[in-house]
Amino acid sequence: MNILLITEQRDGQWNKTSFETLAAAQQIAAETKSRLTAIVVGKGVASLAAELAATKLDEVLLVEHDLLSSYTPDGYTLALQQAIAQAKPGLVLLPHTYQVRDFAPKLAASLGKGMIGDCVGYRNDGGKLVFVRQMFQGKTVADVVFEGATPWFATFQAGAFRADLVAQGASKAPVTQIAVDLKPEQIRTKPLELFREAKQAVDLTQAQILVAVGRGIKAPENIPLAEKLAKLLGGELAASRPICDEGWLPMDRQIGSSGQTVAPKLYLALGISGAIQHVVGMKGSRTIVAINKDQNAPIFEVADYGIVGDLFEIVPALTEELGKHNTT
Amino acid sequence: MKIVVCIKQVPAKDAPLAITGDSWIRETDIGFEMNEPDSYALEEALRLKEKHTGEVIALSMGPERVKQTIKEALAKGADRGVHIADDKAHTLDPLGAAKSLAAAIDREKPDLVLTGLQSEDQGFGQTGVLLAERLGLPHATIIMQIEAKDGHLRLKRELEAGWFQWVELQLPAVLTIQSGINKVRYATLKGIMAAKKKEIATVARESLGIAHEPTQRIERIYVPSKTKKTEFLTGTPKEAAAKLVEKLKHDARVL
Repeated sequence: MNILLITEQRDGQWNKTSFETLAAAQQIAAETKSRLTAIVVGKGVASLAAELAATKLDEVLLVEHDLLSSYTPDGYTLALQQAIAQAKPGLVLLPHTYQVRDFAPKLAASLGKGMIGDCVGYRNDGGKLVFVRQMFQGKTVADVVFEGATPWFATFQAGAFRADLVAQGASKAPVTQIAVDLKPEQIRTKPLELFREAKQAVDLTQAQILVAVGRGIKAPENIPLAEKLAKLLGGELAASRPICDEGWLPMDRQIGSSGQTVAPKLYLALGISGAIQHVVGMKGSRTIVAINKDQNAPIFEVADYGIVGDLFEIVPALTEELGKHNTT
Repeated sequence: MKIVVCIKQVPAKDAPLAITGDSWIRETDIGFEMNEPDSYALEEALRLKEKHTGEVIALSMGPERVKQTIKEALAKGADRGVHIADDKAHTLDPLGAAKSLAAAIDREKPDLVLTGLQSEDQGFGQTGVLLAERLGLPHATIIMQIEAKDGHLRLKRELEAGWFQWVELQLPAVLTIQSGINKVRYATLKGIMAAKKKEIATVARESLGIAHEPTQRIERIYVPSKTKKTEFLTGTPKEAAAKLVEKLKHDARVL
Protein backbone atom coordinates (compact mmCIF):
# COMPACT_ATOMS: atom_id res chain seq x y z
CA MET A 1 0.00 0.00 0.00
CA ASN A 2 1.04 3.60 -0.52
CA ILE A 3 0.41 5.92 2.41
CA LEU A 4 0.28 9.66 1.79
CA LEU A 5 0.62 12.10 4.68
CA ILE A 6 -0.68 15.61 3.98
CA THR A 7 1.27 18.05 6.16
CA GLU A 8 0.16 21.53 7.14
CA GLN A 9 2.06 24.81 7.20
CA ARG A 10 1.09 28.45 7.25
CA ASP A 11 3.47 31.19 6.06
CA GLY A 12 6.33 28.69 6.16
CA GLN A 13 5.65 27.62 9.76
CA TRP A 14 4.70 24.02 10.46
CA ASN A 15 1.50 23.13 12.16
CA LYS A 16 3.20 20.85 14.68
CA THR A 17 0.41 18.28 14.68
CA SER A 18 1.74 17.35 11.20
CA PHE A 19 4.58 15.57 13.00
CA GLU A 20 2.24 13.73 15.35
CA THR A 21 0.44 12.36 12.30
CA LEU A 22 3.84 11.62 10.70
CA ALA A 23 4.64 9.47 13.75
CA ALA A 24 1.34 7.62 13.23
CA ALA A 25 2.00 7.26 9.50
CA GLN A 26 5.51 5.86 10.09
CA GLN A 27 4.08 3.31 12.52
CA ILE A 28 1.27 2.24 10.15
CA ALA A 29 3.71 2.09 7.22
CA ALA A 30 6.08 -0.16 9.20
CA GLU A 31 3.28 -2.48 10.33
CA THR A 32 1.68 -2.79 6.90
CA LYS A 33 4.97 -2.75 4.97
CA SER A 34 3.77 0.30 3.06
CA ARG A 35 5.56 3.00 1.19
CA LEU A 36 5.27 6.36 2.97
CA THR A 37 5.14 9.65 1.10
CA ALA A 38 4.54 13.05 2.66
CA ILE A 39 3.37 16.13 0.83
CA VAL A 40 4.01 19.82 1.47
CA VAL A 41 1.60 22.30 -0.10
CA GLY A 42 2.11 26.07 -0.38
CA LYS A 43 4.36 28.64 -1.97
CA GLY A 44 8.03 29.09 -1.12
CA VAL A 45 8.03 26.04 1.13
CA ALA A 46 10.90 24.02 -0.41
CA SER A 47 12.89 24.33 2.82
CA LEU A 48 10.06 22.62 4.72
CA ALA A 49 10.09 19.78 2.19
CA ALA A 50 13.86 19.42 2.69
CA GLU A 51 13.37 19.32 6.46
CA LEU A 52 10.71 16.65 6.11
CA ALA A 53 12.97 14.59 3.82
CA ALA A 54 15.33 14.00 6.76
CA THR A 55 12.68 11.94 8.55
CA LYS A 56 12.09 8.26 7.91
CA LEU A 57 9.95 8.11 4.78
CA ASP A 58 10.30 7.12 1.15
CA GLU A 59 9.55 10.35 -0.68
CA VAL A 60 8.50 13.95 -0.16
CA LEU A 61 6.21 15.61 -2.67
CA LEU A 62 6.34 19.37 -3.02
CA VAL A 63 3.38 21.21 -4.51
CA GLU A 64 3.93 24.92 -5.02
CA HIS A 65 1.76 27.46 -6.81
CA ASP A 66 1.04 31.19 -6.51
CA LEU A 67 -2.59 30.34 -5.80
CA LEU A 68 -1.53 28.19 -2.84
CA SER A 69 0.35 30.91 -0.96
CA SER A 70 -2.76 31.43 1.20
CA TYR A 71 -4.98 28.52 2.12
CA THR A 72 -8.35 28.21 0.36
CA PRO A 73 -10.49 25.07 0.37
CA ASP A 74 -10.86 25.18 -3.42
CA GLY A 75 -7.13 25.68 -4.06
CA TYR A 76 -6.08 22.90 -1.71
CA THR A 77 -8.73 20.48 -2.95
CA LEU A 78 -7.82 20.99 -6.61
CA ALA A 79 -4.08 20.77 -5.98
CA LEU A 80 -4.36 17.67 -3.82
CA GLN A 81 -6.70 15.92 -6.28
CA GLN A 82 -3.91 16.22 -8.86
CA ALA A 83 -1.22 15.10 -6.42
CA ILE A 84 -3.31 12.10 -5.38
CA ALA A 85 -3.84 11.13 -9.02
CA GLN A 86 -0.05 10.95 -9.39
CA ALA A 87 0.87 9.41 -6.03
CA LYS A 88 -1.99 6.86 -6.07
CA PRO A 89 -2.16 6.35 -2.30
CA GLY A 90 -4.28 3.66 -0.65
CA LEU A 91 -4.47 5.59 2.60
CA VAL A 92 -4.30 9.37 3.03
CA LEU A 93 -3.56 10.62 6.55
CA LEU A 94 -3.96 14.16 7.84
CA PRO A 95 -3.76 15.91 11.21
CA HIS A 96 -7.24 16.88 12.45
CA THR A 97 -6.70 20.64 12.38
CA TYR A 98 -9.24 23.40 11.71
CA GLN A 99 -7.81 23.72 8.21
CA VAL A 100 -8.07 20.01 7.50
CA ARG A 101 -11.66 20.01 8.73
CA ASP A 102 -12.30 22.78 6.19
CA PHE A 103 -11.12 20.91 3.09
CA ALA A 104 -10.44 17.19 3.70
CA PRO A 105 -14.07 15.95 3.65
CA LYS A 106 -14.53 17.85 0.37
CA LEU A 107 -11.33 16.40 -1.09
CA ALA A 108 -12.39 12.86 -0.20
CA ALA A 109 -15.97 13.37 -1.44
CA SER A 110 -14.77 14.90 -4.71
CA LEU A 111 -13.13 11.51 -5.37
CA GLY A 112 -16.27 9.69 -4.21
CA LYS A 113 -14.46 8.50 -1.06
CA GLY A 114 -15.09 8.81 2.65
CA MET A 115 -13.11 10.10 5.56
CA ILE A 116 -12.88 8.81 9.11
CA GLY A 117 -12.20 11.97 11.04
CA ASP A 118 -10.80 12.90 14.44
CA CYS A 119 -9.33 9.47 15.23
CA VAL A 120 -7.60 8.96 18.56
CA GLY A 121 -5.81 5.83 17.42
CA TYR A 122 -5.89 2.77 15.21
CA ARG A 123 -5.49 -0.98 15.51
CA ASN A 124 -4.03 -3.40 13.05
CA ASP A 125 -6.30 -6.46 13.31
CA GLY A 126 -4.30 -8.96 11.31
CA GLY A 127 -3.81 -6.62 8.38
CA LYS A 128 -7.20 -4.90 8.68
CA LEU A 129 -6.89 -1.32 9.85
CA VAL A 130 -9.46 -0.32 12.45
CA PHE A 131 -9.71 3.36 13.28
CA VAL A 132 -10.77 4.43 16.75
CA ARG A 133 -12.72 7.65 17.28
CA GLN A 134 -14.88 9.10 20.00
CA MET A 135 -18.61 9.59 19.84
CA PHE A 136 -21.18 11.17 22.12
CA GLN A 137 -18.73 13.80 23.33
CA GLY A 138 -16.23 11.18 24.48
CA LYS A 139 -18.73 9.10 26.42
CA THR A 140 -18.25 6.24 23.96
CA VAL A 141 -15.58 5.14 21.52
CA ALA A 142 -16.20 3.62 18.11
CA ASP A 143 -14.18 1.17 16.03
CA VAL A 144 -14.59 2.23 12.41
CA VAL A 145 -13.41 0.45 9.28
CA PHE A 146 -13.30 1.61 5.68
CA GLU A 147 -15.52 0.07 3.05
CA GLY A 148 -15.13 0.17 -0.69
CA ALA A 149 -12.27 1.15 -2.94
CA THR A 150 -9.26 3.22 -1.91
CA PRO A 151 -8.00 5.88 -1.41
CA TRP A 152 -9.22 6.06 2.17
CA PHE A 153 -8.91 9.27 4.19
CA ALA A 154 -8.38 9.48 7.95
CA THR A 155 -7.44 12.29 10.31
CA PHE A 156 -5.78 12.00 13.72
CA GLN A 157 -6.64 14.21 16.64
CA ALA A 158 -4.00 16.47 18.19
CA GLY A 159 -2.23 14.60 20.96
CA ALA A 160 -3.19 11.15 19.66
CA PHE A 161 0.42 10.42 18.69
CA ARG A 162 3.70 11.86 19.92
CA ALA A 163 5.71 14.08 17.60
CA ASP A 164 8.91 13.26 19.51
CA LEU A 165 8.58 9.66 18.32
CA VAL A 166 9.08 10.64 14.66
CA ALA A 167 11.96 8.50 13.35
CA GLN A 168 14.74 10.14 11.39
CA GLY A 169 15.83 8.55 8.12
CA ALA A 170 19.18 6.85 7.49
CA SER A 171 19.53 9.03 4.43
CA LYS A 172 17.61 11.93 2.91
CA ALA A 173 14.45 10.96 1.05
CA PRO A 174 14.06 12.34 -2.47
CA VAL A 175 11.96 15.50 -2.87
CA THR A 176 9.79 15.47 -6.00
CA GLN A 177 8.10 18.60 -7.34
CA ILE A 178 4.58 18.10 -8.58
CA ALA A 179 3.21 20.67 -10.99
CA VAL A 180 -0.47 21.45 -10.53
CA ASP A 181 -2.83 23.35 -12.76
CA LEU A 182 -4.90 25.98 -10.94
CA LYS A 183 -6.78 28.96 -12.31
CA PRO A 184 -7.83 32.03 -10.30
CA GLU A 185 -11.48 31.63 -11.31
CA GLN A 186 -11.58 28.15 -9.74
CA ILE A 187 -11.01 29.65 -6.30
CA ARG A 188 -14.32 30.88 -5.01
CA THR A 189 -13.33 32.19 -1.59
CA LYS A 190 -11.06 35.16 -1.05
CA PRO A 191 -8.82 34.82 2.01
CA LEU A 192 -8.05 38.12 3.73
CA GLU A 193 -5.85 39.05 6.65
CA LEU A 194 -5.16 36.88 9.69
CA PHE A 195 -5.53 38.61 13.01
CA ARG A 196 -5.81 38.09 16.73
CA GLU A 197 -8.41 39.71 18.94
CA ALA A 198 -7.22 42.18 21.58
CA LYS A 199 -4.00 40.96 23.13
CA GLN A 200 -4.58 38.04 25.44
CA ALA A 201 -4.95 39.39 28.94
CA VAL A 202 -3.96 36.20 30.72
CA ASP A 203 -1.47 33.61 29.65
CA LEU A 204 -2.89 30.50 31.26
CA THR A 205 0.00 28.42 29.94
CA GLN A 206 2.22 30.01 32.59
CA ALA A 207 -0.07 29.21 35.52
CA GLN A 208 1.04 26.49 37.95
CA ILE A 209 -2.48 25.87 39.20
CA LEU A 210 -5.72 26.20 37.25
CA VAL A 211 -9.28 25.99 38.52
CA ALA A 212 -11.52 25.40 35.51
CA VAL A 213 -15.30 25.57 35.40
CA GLY A 214 -17.73 23.94 33.00
CA ARG A 215 -21.48 23.77 32.46
CA GLY A 216 -21.91 22.31 35.95
CA ILE A 217 -21.38 25.79 37.40
CA LYS A 218 -24.88 26.50 36.07
CA ALA A 219 -25.02 30.31 36.29
CA PRO A 220 -22.63 33.27 36.09
CA GLU A 221 -23.39 34.21 39.69
CA ASN A 222 -21.74 30.95 40.79
CA ILE A 223 -18.38 31.78 39.18
CA PRO A 224 -17.08 33.54 42.35
CA LEU A 225 -17.23 30.16 44.10
CA ALA A 226 -14.51 28.88 41.77
CA GLU A 227 -12.72 32.22 41.79
CA LYS A 228 -12.37 32.08 45.55
CA LEU A 229 -10.88 28.59 45.34
CA ALA A 230 -8.45 29.66 42.61
CA LYS A 231 -7.32 32.64 44.67
CA LEU A 232 -6.76 30.50 47.74
CA LEU A 233 -4.62 28.10 45.69
CA GLY A 234 -2.70 30.94 44.08
CA GLY A 235 -3.97 29.79 40.70
CA GLU A 236 -5.86 31.19 37.75
CA LEU A 237 -9.47 30.71 36.75
CA ALA A 238 -10.14 28.89 33.47
CA ALA A 239 -13.18 27.49 31.67
CA SER A 240 -14.48 25.11 29.06
CA ARG A 241 -15.86 26.51 25.83
CA PRO A 242 -19.58 26.70 26.72
CA ILE A 243 -18.83 29.02 29.65
CA CYS A 244 -17.01 31.44 27.33
CA ASP A 245 -19.70 31.07 24.65
CA GLU A 246 -22.23 32.18 27.25
CA GLY A 247 -20.03 35.16 28.08
CA TRP A 248 -19.71 34.15 31.74
CA LEU A 249 -15.93 34.34 31.43
CA PRO A 250 -13.88 36.02 28.68
CA MET A 251 -12.66 33.93 25.73
CA ASP A 252 -9.04 34.22 26.87
CA ARG A 253 -9.87 31.97 29.84
CA GLN A 254 -10.82 29.11 27.54
CA ILE A 255 -8.95 25.78 27.63
CA GLY A 256 -9.25 23.37 24.72
CA SER A 257 -8.89 23.00 20.99
CA SER A 258 -10.18 26.49 20.27
CA GLY A 259 -8.55 28.02 23.36
CA GLN A 260 -5.27 27.54 25.16
CA THR A 261 -3.38 24.29 25.72
CA VAL A 262 -2.03 24.03 29.23
CA ALA A 263 -0.01 21.65 31.39
CA PRO A 264 -0.01 23.07 34.93
CA LYS A 265 1.06 21.06 37.95
CA LEU A 266 -2.53 21.03 39.22
CA TYR A 267 -5.73 21.24 37.18
CA LEU A 268 -9.03 21.26 39.02
CA ALA A 269 -12.01 20.62 36.74
CA LEU A 270 -15.29 21.71 38.33
CA GLY A 271 -18.46 20.57 36.59
CA ILE A 272 -16.61 19.86 33.33
CA SER A 273 -17.88 16.76 31.54
CA GLY A 274 -14.65 16.33 29.60
CA ALA A 275 -15.68 16.66 25.96
CA ILE A 276 -12.70 15.89 23.80
CA GLN A 277 -12.38 19.52 22.64
CA HIS A 278 -11.64 20.42 26.26
CA VAL A 279 -9.52 17.42 27.18
CA VAL A 280 -7.01 17.97 24.36
CA GLY A 281 -6.17 21.30 25.98
CA MET A 282 -5.43 20.01 29.49
CA LYS A 283 -4.62 16.31 29.48
CA GLY A 284 -0.91 17.03 29.83
CA SER A 285 -1.45 18.51 33.32
CA ARG A 286 0.62 16.80 36.02
CA THR A 287 -2.21 16.23 38.48
CA ILE A 288 -5.84 16.42 37.44
CA VAL A 289 -8.72 16.62 39.90
CA ALA A 290 -12.30 16.31 38.65
CA ILE A 291 -15.43 17.14 40.60
CA ASN A 292 -18.58 16.14 38.76
CA LYS A 293 -22.04 14.87 39.58
CA ASP A 294 -21.95 12.26 36.81
CA GLN A 295 -19.63 9.37 37.69
CA ASN A 296 -19.54 8.38 34.01
CA ALA A 297 -18.34 11.81 32.85
CA PRO A 298 -15.37 11.35 30.46
CA ILE A 299 -13.33 13.83 32.52
CA PHE A 300 -12.72 11.00 35.00
CA GLU A 301 -10.79 9.14 32.31
CA VAL A 302 -7.98 11.63 32.59
CA ALA A 303 -8.38 12.53 36.27
CA ASP A 304 -5.95 11.38 38.96
CA TYR A 305 -8.42 12.20 41.71
CA GLY A 306 -12.17 12.30 41.40
CA ILE A 307 -15.04 13.34 43.63
CA VAL A 308 -18.51 12.39 42.45
CA GLY A 309 -21.04 14.80 43.85
CA ASP A 310 -22.54 18.26 43.93
CA LEU A 311 -19.86 20.84 43.29
CA PHE A 312 -21.93 23.43 45.18
CA GLU A 313 -21.37 21.37 48.33
CA ILE A 314 -17.87 20.10 47.61
CA VAL A 315 -16.20 23.32 46.46
CA PRO A 316 -17.13 25.31 49.61
CA ALA A 317 -15.95 22.36 51.74
CA LEU A 318 -12.70 22.26 49.79
CA THR A 319 -12.23 26.01 50.12
CA GLU A 320 -12.75 25.74 53.86
CA GLU A 321 -10.35 22.82 54.16
CA LEU A 322 -7.67 24.65 52.17
CA GLY A 323 -8.15 27.71 54.33
CA LYS A 324 -7.29 25.57 57.35
CA HIS A 325 -4.32 24.07 55.52
CA ASN A 326 -2.97 27.52 54.63
CA THR A 327 -3.07 28.76 58.19
CA THR A 328 -1.47 25.68 59.73
CA MET B 1 -32.34 35.71 1.58
CA LYS B 2 -33.57 32.12 1.51
CA ILE B 3 -31.73 30.14 4.17
CA VAL B 4 -31.80 26.41 4.92
CA VAL B 5 -30.54 25.49 8.39
CA CYS B 6 -29.59 21.85 8.94
CA ILE B 7 -30.50 20.82 12.44
CA LYS B 8 -29.80 17.46 14.05
CA GLN B 9 -31.62 16.01 16.99
CA VAL B 10 -29.25 14.36 19.46
CA PRO B 11 -29.54 12.67 22.87
CA ALA B 12 -29.94 15.19 25.69
CA LYS B 13 -26.65 16.17 27.31
CA ASP B 14 -27.40 14.46 30.60
CA ALA B 15 -29.04 11.37 29.04
CA PRO B 16 -27.60 8.11 30.38
CA LEU B 17 -26.29 6.22 27.36
CA ALA B 18 -26.67 2.46 27.11
CA ILE B 19 -25.11 0.68 24.17
CA THR B 20 -27.38 -1.79 22.39
CA GLY B 21 -26.34 -4.39 19.89
CA ASP B 22 -22.89 -3.34 18.86
CA SER B 23 -23.16 -0.04 17.21
CA TRP B 24 -25.84 2.23 18.61
CA ILE B 25 -27.42 3.38 21.85
CA ARG B 26 -30.76 2.47 23.36
CA GLU B 27 -33.12 5.24 22.30
CA THR B 28 -36.05 4.38 24.54
CA ASP B 29 -36.13 6.14 27.92
CA ILE B 30 -33.79 8.95 26.92
CA GLY B 31 -34.59 12.53 26.02
CA PHE B 32 -33.52 14.20 22.79
CA GLU B 33 -32.77 17.82 22.07
CA MET B 34 -31.54 20.16 19.36
CA ASN B 35 -27.83 19.69 18.69
CA GLU B 36 -26.38 22.71 20.45
CA PRO B 37 -24.00 23.81 17.67
CA ASP B 38 -27.00 23.79 15.29
CA SER B 39 -28.94 26.08 17.62
CA TYR B 40 -26.28 28.74 16.97
CA ALA B 41 -26.68 28.19 13.22
CA LEU B 42 -30.46 28.59 13.55
CA GLU B 43 -30.05 31.78 15.56
CA GLU B 44 -27.68 33.19 12.94
CA ALA B 45 -30.20 32.35 10.19
CA LEU B 46 -33.00 34.11 12.09
CA ARG B 47 -30.83 37.20 12.60
CA LEU B 48 -29.90 37.31 8.90
CA LYS B 49 -33.58 37.06 7.97
CA GLU B 50 -34.52 39.83 10.40
CA LYS B 51 -31.85 42.07 8.91
CA HIS B 52 -32.19 41.27 5.22
CA THR B 53 -35.72 39.75 5.00
CA GLY B 54 -36.25 36.31 3.49
CA GLU B 55 -37.17 32.83 4.62
CA VAL B 56 -35.66 30.34 7.06
CA ILE B 57 -36.26 26.63 6.46
CA ALA B 58 -35.38 24.16 9.22
CA LEU B 59 -34.21 20.81 7.80
CA SER B 60 -33.76 17.69 9.89
CA MET B 61 -33.26 14.01 9.10
CA GLY B 62 -34.19 11.07 11.31
CA PRO B 63 -37.14 9.19 12.79
CA GLU B 64 -40.50 10.73 13.66
CA ARG B 65 -39.11 12.20 16.91
CA VAL B 66 -36.98 14.77 15.07
CA LYS B 67 -40.17 16.66 14.19
CA GLN B 68 -40.14 17.91 17.78
CA THR B 69 -36.81 19.62 17.11
CA ILE B 70 -38.14 21.09 13.85
CA LYS B 71 -41.12 22.45 15.84
CA GLU B 72 -38.73 24.05 18.29
CA ALA B 73 -37.00 25.79 15.37
CA LEU B 74 -40.37 26.95 14.05
CA ALA B 75 -41.28 28.28 17.49
CA LYS B 76 -38.06 30.28 17.55
CA GLY B 77 -38.95 31.86 14.20
CA ALA B 78 -38.13 29.53 11.30
CA ASP B 79 -40.82 29.81 8.61
CA ARG B 80 -41.25 26.17 7.70
CA GLY B 81 -39.73 22.77 8.22
CA VAL B 82 -38.56 19.87 6.07
CA HIS B 83 -38.28 16.43 7.64
CA ILE B 84 -36.33 13.72 5.84
CA ALA B 85 -37.86 10.62 7.38
CA ASP B 86 -35.57 7.66 8.00
CA ASP B 87 -35.61 5.49 11.11
CA LYS B 88 -32.11 4.28 10.27
CA ALA B 89 -30.53 7.65 9.55
CA HIS B 90 -27.95 7.07 12.30
CA THR B 91 -26.47 4.19 10.29
CA LEU B 92 -25.52 6.48 7.39
CA ASP B 93 -21.87 7.39 6.96
CA PRO B 94 -21.04 11.12 6.70
CA LEU B 95 -21.13 11.11 2.89
CA GLY B 96 -24.41 9.17 2.77
CA ALA B 97 -26.03 11.59 5.20
CA ALA B 98 -24.72 14.59 3.27
CA LYS B 99 -25.96 13.22 -0.07
CA SER B 100 -29.46 12.86 1.39
CA LEU B 101 -29.49 16.33 2.93
CA ALA B 102 -28.06 17.85 -0.25
CA ALA B 103 -30.80 16.27 -2.37
CA ALA B 104 -33.49 17.87 -0.17
CA ILE B 105 -31.67 21.22 -0.07
CA ASP B 106 -31.22 21.25 -3.83
CA ARG B 107 -35.01 21.27 -4.29
CA GLU B 108 -35.20 24.51 -2.28
CA LYS B 109 -32.47 26.36 -4.23
CA PRO B 110 -31.50 28.43 -1.17
CA ASP B 111 -29.10 31.39 -1.11
CA LEU B 112 -27.43 30.15 2.02
CA VAL B 113 -27.10 26.83 3.85
CA LEU B 114 -26.06 26.86 7.50
CA THR B 115 -25.03 23.99 9.77
CA GLY B 116 -23.52 23.80 13.23
CA LEU B 117 -19.88 22.90 13.49
CA GLN B 118 -20.47 19.28 14.45
CA SER B 119 -23.01 17.07 16.13
CA GLU B 120 -22.87 16.04 19.75
CA ASP B 121 -23.73 12.42 18.96
CA GLN B 122 -21.55 11.04 16.16
CA GLY B 123 -19.47 14.20 15.93
CA PHE B 124 -18.30 13.59 12.35
CA GLY B 125 -17.93 17.34 11.82
CA GLN B 126 -18.05 16.86 8.04
CA THR B 127 -21.64 17.56 7.01
CA GLY B 128 -21.36 21.26 6.09
CA VAL B 129 -18.25 20.78 3.98
CA LEU B 130 -19.71 17.71 2.27
CA LEU B 131 -22.93 19.61 1.50
CA ALA B 132 -20.90 22.31 -0.23
CA GLU B 133 -19.17 19.69 -2.36
CA ARG B 134 -22.44 17.92 -3.22
CA LEU B 135 -24.24 21.18 -4.02
CA GLY B 136 -21.30 22.60 -5.96
CA LEU B 137 -21.20 25.67 -3.71
CA PRO B 138 -18.33 27.55 -2.05
CA HIS B 139 -18.07 27.20 1.72
CA ALA B 140 -16.40 28.50 4.82
CA THR B 141 -16.27 26.84 8.23
CA ILE B 142 -16.05 27.72 11.91
CA ILE B 143 -17.66 31.11 11.34
CA MET B 144 -17.80 33.68 14.14
CA GLN B 145 -19.32 36.64 12.27
CA ILE B 146 -21.33 37.15 9.08
CA GLU B 147 -21.63 40.43 7.17
CA ALA B 148 -23.92 40.17 4.14
CA LYS B 149 -24.29 42.77 1.42
CA ASP B 150 -25.68 42.43 -2.12
CA GLY B 151 -25.12 38.70 -2.39
CA HIS B 152 -21.61 39.03 -1.02
CA LEU B 153 -20.49 37.66 2.35
CA ARG B 154 -17.64 38.82 4.53
CA LEU B 155 -16.95 36.18 7.16
CA LYS B 156 -14.85 35.90 10.26
CA ARG B 157 -13.36 32.41 10.47
CA GLU B 158 -11.91 31.07 13.67
CA LEU B 159 -8.47 29.49 13.30
CA GLU B 160 -6.54 27.77 16.04
CA ALA B 161 -4.78 29.28 19.06
CA GLY B 162 -6.69 32.56 19.13
CA TRP B 163 -6.22 33.47 15.45
CA PHE B 164 -8.98 34.59 13.12
CA GLN B 165 -9.24 35.34 9.42
CA TRP B 166 -11.63 37.33 7.26
CA VAL B 167 -12.73 35.55 4.10
CA GLU B 168 -15.10 36.69 1.38
CA LEU B 169 -17.35 34.75 -0.94
CA GLN B 170 -20.43 35.12 -3.12
CA LEU B 171 -23.83 33.57 -2.44
CA PRO B 172 -25.09 30.92 -2.80
CA ALA B 173 -22.83 29.28 -0.23
CA VAL B 174 -22.61 26.87 2.72
CA LEU B 175 -21.32 27.95 6.13
CA THR B 176 -20.65 26.01 9.31
CA ILE B 177 -21.22 28.12 12.39
CA GLN B 178 -18.99 28.12 15.47
CA SER B 179 -20.72 27.85 18.82
CA GLY B 180 -20.73 31.13 20.70
CA ILE B 181 -21.19 33.32 17.58
CA ASN B 182 -24.39 34.74 19.06
CA LYS B 183 -26.70 34.51 22.01
CA VAL B 184 -29.39 31.96 21.23
CA ARG B 185 -32.99 33.10 21.80
CA TYR B 186 -35.69 31.21 23.64
CA ALA B 187 -39.00 30.44 21.99
CA THR B 188 -41.72 32.80 23.19
CA LEU B 189 -45.26 31.66 23.97
CA LYS B 190 -46.37 33.62 20.91
CA GLY B 191 -43.76 31.82 18.83
CA ILE B 192 -44.89 28.43 20.11
CA MET B 193 -48.51 29.25 19.20
CA ALA B 194 -47.50 30.55 15.76
CA ALA B 195 -45.45 27.40 15.09
CA LYS B 196 -48.60 25.26 15.25
CA LYS B 197 -49.74 26.82 11.98
CA LYS B 198 -46.39 26.41 10.21
CA GLU B 199 -45.81 23.67 7.69
CA ILE B 200 -43.51 20.68 8.13
CA ALA B 201 -43.10 18.79 4.85
CA THR B 202 -42.05 15.17 5.28
CA VAL B 203 -40.04 13.41 2.59
CA ALA B 204 -39.09 9.76 2.90
CA ARG B 205 -35.32 9.47 2.51
CA GLU B 206 -35.64 6.65 0.01
CA SER B 207 -37.79 8.88 -2.21
CA LEU B 208 -34.80 11.22 -2.70
CA GLY B 209 -33.24 8.64 -5.01
CA ILE B 210 -29.77 8.60 -3.46
CA ALA B 211 -27.31 6.06 -4.80
CA HIS B 212 -24.69 5.50 -2.14
CA GLU B 213 -22.30 2.75 -1.18
CA PRO B 214 -21.08 3.27 2.39
CA THR B 215 -17.46 4.42 2.60
CA GLN B 216 -17.07 3.32 6.21
CA ARG B 217 -18.77 1.21 8.82
CA ILE B 218 -18.89 1.44 12.59
CA GLU B 219 -17.98 -2.05 13.79
CA ARG B 220 -18.81 -1.42 17.39
CA ILE B 221 -19.13 1.30 19.99
CA TYR B 222 -18.09 0.87 23.60
CA VAL B 223 -17.25 2.73 26.75
CA PRO B 224 -13.59 3.75 26.60
CA SER B 225 -11.15 1.96 28.83
CA LYS B 226 -9.38 4.22 31.25
CA THR B 227 -5.90 5.35 30.37
CA LYS B 228 -5.36 6.62 33.89
CA LYS B 229 -6.40 5.13 37.19
CA THR B 230 -8.63 7.61 38.94
CA GLU B 231 -8.65 7.50 42.72
CA PHE B 232 -12.18 8.35 43.81
CA LEU B 233 -12.50 10.15 47.11
CA THR B 234 -15.74 9.42 48.91
CA GLY B 235 -17.67 10.45 51.98
CA THR B 236 -19.55 13.61 52.86
CA PRO B 237 -18.47 16.71 50.94
CA LYS B 238 -16.40 17.72 53.96
CA GLU B 239 -14.72 14.31 54.21
CA ALA B 240 -14.02 14.09 50.49
CA ALA B 241 -12.56 17.61 50.51
CA ALA B 242 -10.31 16.77 53.47
CA LYS B 243 -9.09 13.60 51.74
CA LEU B 244 -8.38 15.54 48.56
CA VAL B 245 -6.30 18.15 50.37
CA GLU B 246 -4.30 15.36 52.02
CA LYS B 247 -3.70 13.66 48.66
CA LEU B 248 -2.67 16.87 46.93
CA LYS B 249 -0.35 17.80 49.76
CA HIS B 250 1.32 14.45 50.51
CA ASP B 251 0.92 12.17 47.47
CA ALA B 252 0.79 14.47 44.46
CA ARG B 253 2.80 17.16 46.31
CA VAL B 254 1.26 19.97 44.33
CA LEU B 255 0.25 22.15 47.27
